[in-house]
Amino acid sequence: MNDTAARLRAVTGHRLFWPALVLVLMLVANTVYRPGFLAVEVKDGHLYGTPIDILRLSAPLILVALGMTLVIATGGIDLSVGSLCAISGAIACLYISKAPDQNSLSTVFTALALALGVALVLGMWNGVLVAVIGIQPIIATLILMVAGRGVAQLVTEGQIITINSGPYRAIGLGHFLTLPLAILIALAAALLVAAFTRRTALGLIVESVGGNAEASRLAGIRSGRIIFLVYVVSAACAAVAGFMMTANVSSADGNAAGLWVELDAILAVVIGGTSLAGGRFSLSGTILGALIIQTLTTTVYAMNISPQTSLLFKAVVVIAVCLIQAPAFRARFARRRSGPTPGPAAPQREKEQVPA
Amino acid sequence: MTDSRPVLTMTGISKSFPGVRALHDVDFRLFPGEVHALMGENGAGKSTLIKVLTGVYGIDEGTITLAGDQVAFSGPMQAAAAGVSTVYQEINLCTNLSVAENIFIGREPRRLGAVRWGEVRRRARALLARLDLDLDVAAPLGSYSLAVQQMVAIARAIDVRAQVLILDEPTSSLDAGEVAQLFRIMRQLRDEGIAILFVTHFLDQVYAVADRITVLRNGALVGEYLTEELPQFSLVEKMIGKELDALERLDEQPKRAVAAQSGGAPLVEVAELGRKGAVAPFSLRIHAGEVVGLAGLLGSGRTEVARLLFGADRADHGQVAVDGGRASLRTPVQAIDRGVGFCSENRRAEGIVPELSVRENMILAMQAARGWLRPIPRRRQDELVDRYVKALSIRPANPDLPVRNLSGGNQQKVLLARWLITEPRLLILDEPTRGIDIGAKTEIQKLVVQLSDGGMAVLFISAELEEVLRLSHRVAVMRDRTMVAQLDNDDSLDADRVMQTIASGTNREEVTR
Amino acid sequence: MSSTSLTSGRAWRPTLPRRHVPVLATLVLLLVMYGIGVSQYRAFSNVQVVFNVFIDNGFLLVVAVGMTFVILTGGIDLSVGSVVAMTAMVSAAMLRDGLPAGLVLVVALLIGPTLGFLMGCAIHFFEIQPFIVTLAGMFFARGMCTFISGGSIPITDGFWTAMSQERIGNPAGNFVSISVLIAFAVVLVAAYVLAYTRFGRNVYAIGGNPQSALLMGLPVGRTRIAVYTVSGLCSAIGGILLSFYTLSGAPLIAVGMELDVIAAVVIGGTVLTGGSGYVFGTVLGVLVLGVIQTLITFDGTLNSWWTKIVIGGLLFAFILLQRLIGIRFK
Repeated sequence: MNDTAARLRAVTGHRLFWPALVLVLMLVANTVYRPGFLAVEVKDGHLYGTPIDILRLSAPLILVALGMTLVIATGGIDLSVGSLCAISGAIACLYISKAPDQNSLSTVFTALALALGVALVLGMWNGVLVAVIGIQPIIATLILMVAGRGVAQLVTEGQIITINSGPYRAIGLGHFLTLPLAILIALAAALLVAAFTRRTALGLIVESVGGNAEASRLAGIRSGRIIFLVYVVSAACAAVAGFMMTANVSSADGNAAGLWVELDAILAVVIGGTSLAGGRFSLSGTILGALIIQTLTTTVYAMNISPQTSLLFKAVVVIAVCLIQAPAFRARFARRRSGPTPGPAAPQREKEQVPA
Repeated sequence: MTDSRPVLTMTGISKSFPGVRALHDVDFRLFPGEVHALMGENGAGKSTLIKVLTGVYGIDEGTITLAGDQVAFSGPMQAAAAGVSTVYQEINLCTNLSVAENIFIGREPRRLGAVRWGEVRRRARALLARLDLDLDVAAPLGSYSLAVQQMVAIARAIDVRAQVLILDEPTSSLDAGEVAQLFRIMRQLRDEGIAILFVTHFLDQVYAVADRITVLRNGALVGEYLTEELPQFSLVEKMIGKELDALERLDEQPKRAVAAQSGGAPLVEVAELGRKGAVAPFSLRIHAGEVVGLAGLLGSGRTEVARLLFGADRADHGQVAVDGGRASLRTPVQAIDRGVGFCSENRRAEGIVPELSVRENMILAMQAARGWLRPIPRRRQDELVDRYVKALSIRPANPDLPVRNLSGGNQQKVLLARWLITEPRLLILDEPTRGIDIGAKTEIQKLVVQLSDGGMAVLFISAELEEVLRLSHRVAVMRDRTMVAQLDNDDSLDADRVMQTIASGTNREEVTR
Repeated sequence: MSSTSLTSGRAWRPTLPRRHVPVLATLVLLLVMYGIGVSQYRAFSNVQVVFNVFIDNGFLLVVAVGMTFVILTGGIDLSVGSVVAMTAMVSAAMLRDGLPAGLVLVVALLIGPTLGFLMGCAIHFFEIQPFIVTLAGMFFARGMCTFISGGSIPITDGFWTAMSQERIGNPAGNFVSISVLIAFAVVLVAAYVLAYTRFGRNVYAIGGNPQSALLMGLPVGRTRIAVYTVSGLCSAIGGILLSFYTLSGAPLIAVGMELDVIAAVVIGGTVLTGGSGYVFGTVLGVLVLGVIQTLITFDGTLNSWWTKIVIGGLLFAFILLQRLIGIRFK
């Protein structure tokens, strides 16, 4: 019995426990409300059903949130991802729409490479502003958030560019091995980023810079390069997400594509257990966070409530998660719970931390 | 000095924090029209006493009497309103506001709720004139030097008709001329009858300006003395707290022979390295296998020397040679490349990355040197981490625990391991044994001896003289941000002589050796 | 810094220009743009063009004034655009339900400050970053908009239409709307509060150095909560003005407005780290945005997206300028 209690504590103490529980609860609630919710059927060799839809639709958010996770882990933030999605989608669609054969694979790949290249350059711009010039991340990326929308509309000339390209459409709607291609791409990106950070020492160094910048400097870490790099990675992730968003609808709208995705991405990261203050990050937590957000959106749709109203729920979730993460709130809560006897351990530890 | 009744009396003050007795039965008195220096080493209880006085902390026992009335302030604001004002080391003003506004903000003269700016400026000018300062009161405070800002802070403090002015290390960031200016104002205020409580780490300054000295040690009162009756040497003795003869006897360990290697080419040769406002240019040679101790009181520039050598701060003067070749040590990365390691005294802010595990904290410096593309293979990590967890007996011996869960001593060992893994040729240890238990302390001391026997050069910084003398081949002495002497640790050297050097600043034998 | 000229010498001399360089730069920029406009287009020299800039941007100006308070303390308020929209929505919905205009005004003007107050409390008491708290506020307010109605609600109330159509002009036929006068009133009150009241001075002190402000005995917590309340109030007033202007409440109006507002404040010379800036500068910043729009409209060949690109460029230039000047005197 003691053993089970200990095991239970180990499970609930796991950093992914709460996000996973929330996701499960949401799925359960949905199934109760609508029994067919979890049904998945095979049609034309492809899987169909609401869970599959959630996976497919969450793919762009997962991508953006992956990049955002790295940025937040260094103690920064990237507000420009939404604009980057719009720009990259617009460039790719523009190139394809001008091509003689929209279905040619080489056309699509050239378009993707071109758009990705531009996104990387814009990511470098963010990186330079933050790491070299030393502007606060929220402000530095705000510039591109504002101007980027304009650039996207400049590319599309204010129109909605519609394309008719099979290969490009497949990025958003295609299937591979019965699963939507989009979720496979997102999964591949997640594995790539995971390998990139955990198979190299990048993850450790990112966490170290975010956890204690001065200690990292004194340990010989060149934090500037790392910070620059995460903004470039974030831009690349946003670009691919932009392809998916535009491929979903086979058109590029400089105004609407990727609107508010930066907020959803930040939300996903925070729900996934990565602190906004930087330090330890969890890619799997972020993916769970993105799935939670998409499930929420789908649920709201399914209940015939205006999709915008899901913002209300998001607001509640943001505040709840932030309160749980805020040390000041925890301290108050803990004090109330422990009652009138203030634990002597806490001030004592404080005392020890102060250099004597 | 008016020998009337004291304006402020603190009697039998005791204050405990969980596990720590910060003050025990301390008496303190302050007369109007005197500058009274409060002296003591780190942790002696100076700042606790000030915080108890100004109401930041409540008192456990004892009474405070101000001008005949017993008082217990709820905080610095109330204390200031009652005439006890404090000026801190960090200037607590807003540099973006004007000089006049900094003096009066929060209590500006108003009419119908509107601030009367003309009146604010007029009063500010009058107040500054009293301090013999001629400033443009409408200019932003940030356009003036730190010294002037410090004086504006004093002006703000005395405007509330202060009877008692507490200056908590006001001089630590001022240069000599600025200090003189500050002293002039202190004397003037003293002559006007204000009682000044002056905290500083600079011995010269105490003798330049203080009329009376109270010494604290380990939270207890050592004594109250008139400055002219207390020679510098005795002051240092009272602060450090051991009769010198006894201290000599305590050091029973055999002397570390002067390094035989010192005849050879030095590993690191520093020529006139310095940084304005941090430490005056100094020269130093360190040989392989040599332990150089750095002795001096707190604030004497020990840490600054270490930071310059490691490139944590940029030197604006002088140069460094490693292995006889000129080396640029302008950033930690460059220093590490040259085989230098540095354990900061500020373990929390500059050492550990609290959320990362013991393992990750240990391999951080080595990983940084390899670059992120070449991760240290897991097996090698385990090997290294296991070895140092065992060698330094780090507890708990679980390398995957977040380092913030470890005790201070074990965190210190993790940091030591971080640098030992990089196999440095020169290891700089800034207060590696401070605030850790006696067992860990002995282990770290033993380790330093082992390392130096193995050929590593060590720069060992500690406030504890016995420790420095026990471990070092040579002792460099710091005083008032200057390296005043380098003494061979032979039979003729004892704590007595080191302390004399600290106190007097003389005994300047062959500074560059 | 030698010790010789302690009392008379400063660390550096040109204090006054340096502090005011961003505002002066904005003024010059504004004059140059106006000059370009006048030289290129004959109609531009008509005074009504300037008045129209104010008429079209009155609500933006009011919101920007509130944002100036927040940014002066070193904070940020991302909720303003949504609060503007929510206020307009709530007014429209209540008027549609036949409530009297006076009551609607009072209620609409109370919602914004209440939300601001709550956000300020979360920021102060729980030490959560302003950015994330106001982000949640933005979600919340926008969600409320669509919760009230998925579509646009027209306003037909007599008072509203009167306010919308009233023209205050001179015999030459140039005019401004009531909204412009209200916006000016807000600007004047804000300028007075910032310059002459303890609250205003505390705002600057907190932006300069919050720790110092605390140690100088200033009411840091109260002031911080108050600035978010002020920003909420200004957003509410802005929302009312917007509903005068459009005579409707729409759930997706003023999306992204927070960016325009932040840009206007920064271009107006307020430093993003807090402690330095003026309401007058913010007026200039709003005018710069307005004139850019007018120029682009006049040009005809340029499209509206150029506005965003130019604003982004200006934002970058001014942030860089602030950085180069190192306006924080630390």
